[in-house]
Amino acid sequence: MNALDWLVLLGAILSIAVYGVWHTRGRHNTETYLKGAGDTRWFVIGLSVMATQASAVTFLSTPGQGFQGGLGFVQFYFGIPIALIIIAAIFVPIYRRLNVITAYEYLGRRFDAKTRLLGAAVFLLQRALGAGLTIYAPAIVLSKVFGWPLGATILLSGIIVIVYTTSGGSDAVNATQKYQIAVIFAGMMAAFAILLLKLPRDLTVPDALTLAGGLGKLNAVDFSFDLGKRYTIWSGVIAATFHMLAYFGADQSQVQRYLSGASVRESRLGLMFNAALKIPMQFSILIFGVLLFVFYQFEKPPVYFDQVAWHESAAAAAQAEKMNALDQKFSAAFETQREQLRAWLAARHAHNATAESAARAAATKAHDRVEAVRQEARLAVDAHGRRNDTDYIFITFILNYFPHGLIGLLIATFFAAALSAKAAELNALGSATTVDVYRHVVRRDATDAHYLRASRWFTVFWGAMSITFALCLTLAENLVQAVNILGAIFYPVILSLFIVGFFFRRIGGTAVFCGALAAQILVLVLFFTVPDSRISYLWYNPIGCVVCLLVSSLVQTIRGPDREPAEDCSAP
Amino acid sequence: MKSPSDNPAPAVATLETDNAVTGLPVLRTWRMVYLLVLVLFVVCVALLLILERTFS
Repeated sequence: MNALDWLVLLGAILSIAVYGVWHTRGRHNTETYLKGAGDTRWFVIGLSVMATQASAVTFLSTPGQGFQGGLGFVQFYFGIPIALIIIAAIFVPIYRRLNVITAYEYLGRRFDAKTRLLGAAVFLLQRALGAGLTIYAPAIVLSKVFGWPLGATILLSGIIVIVYTTSGGSDAVNATQKYQIAVIFAGMMAAFAILLLKLPRDLTVPDALTLAGGLGKLNAVDFSFDLGKRYTIWSGVIAATFHMLAYFGADQSQVQRYLSGASVRESRLGLMFNAALKIPMQFSILIFGVLLFVFYQFEKPPVYFDQVAWHESAAAAAQAEKMNALDQKFSAAFETQREQLRAWLAARHAHNATAESAARAAATKAHDRVEAVRQEARLAVDAHGRRNDTDYIFITFILNYFPHGLIGLLIATFFAAALSAKAAELNALGSATTVDVYRHVVRRDATDAHYLRASRWFTVFWGAMSITFALCLTLAENLVQAVNILGAIFYPVILSLFIVGFFFRRIGGTAVFCGALAAQILVLVLFFTVPDSRISYLWYNPIGCVVCLLVSSLVQTIRGPDREPAEDCSAP
Repeated sequence: MKSPSDNPAPAVATLETDNAVTGLPVLRTWRMVYLLVLVLFVVCVALLLILERTFS
């Protein structure tokens, strides 16, 4: 990074933060701090919902996912349109009719205090752990740029985010997210353009796609029904719909975004904006990762993209020789692969089908050898295979191949995304703790100023908790998948409370409480005892919901009928 | 600070009007908006399949 990069980076970040503080000046009411002023238009809600989900993790980690696993991950997002339609049609009118600040307030009105606390507690636990994961993204960028240890950069990024969030609250998040997302899109478009320009001159885009397709990176839709496969059309349309219903419909970090809308119409249109654009957006990021993969078939990458970890491991006396040998082995395998790929392209350009088929087989074999060496390198860095380097792929490309100025813009992109998503998460944690726990259980009759102060302190508390969790963590998965897996462990319980509340009027608080506990225990048992290759994480969502429904129905039948809930708490 | 039960619920009539009208020029009902979103989803899946089959 040179002076120009620093100018662009600091200019973009500071102007967003200053605008956020200026825009929200004078708003000192707890309700507007937590929920926003209630005057947000659909376009801003749409961008805000998008920016909350599209965290720095998305922009940092998803290209690495495309690089490593190809387009298949796009199927994870197939549940979004269906889920958002259900939320817009059913959840939004109920939330607005009851005029709730947090989603868990609904549980208190529909069921009882203990069910509300259960929903809020599971959300707080899941979101606090999730916040620990998302703080990794800006920390990885800082670690890569400065060569600092990850622990120090996690601490620094965490403190920046806490200061930003506590100074503005929900309204500041909404007000600045539209500019942050503009910076993000500008950065990603610039990255795409640079990548296309950096591809070898004789490699056309169809050539690049042919190589990617031949090496299995364009397999976007998998029709096989196998619970052990993470991403298939079935896990996308069925299991991910439950996952997205929970995330957008019952996770306060998202509910808070669209409840700030001026009306049901604005909230619904904001959600439909995401339902229509989310899949194309994720596809664009994944195809970028696939093209990055093609680029690195011709430009030699490091054997392990996390070079700080690689050099740390190589510094150990016993490892140095082994890692040097791995480096050389990788160079030789890479050169062979590059030659084979060139031969494949030559045969393709000569329209010689037989030669192309043979060259393709040889190139695939050479590619497998390169991947085997990369796997050896991963194990050399961590013998248990608990670390991976895919989150470092995109940032490595930016720092090595981008012109100055654009490096600053892309780093600003990651920070903008990290700030918006982390701010939304911490803000949601602070508001749920204040409204659902503190105001509900600890202090019922304090002043507005007291609750506002409490909310800020809870935000700081959760920020500190997420930093602590991040410091204790070693990631075996890449970031974007780790965040989703964590969600799938807790979302079934949160979602099933709402599904029972909306659609099963007969079931009361005690029954659903028992059902939710049974579902949570089962999901934890599945997660810790059944390998992902047998039941993949997305399926925890429907399994947990069905178990909650069955157990709560059974308990209700044994208990006999409860008092009927209020009419306006159920779906029509 | 108001307790949750003190939060005044918006008038039911306003909410119902709000529910029924999209305010969009062509897509006048929410059903039409939802249908459009589903059609776009199917088109996305079809395009992904075409890309996969063309370059595999």
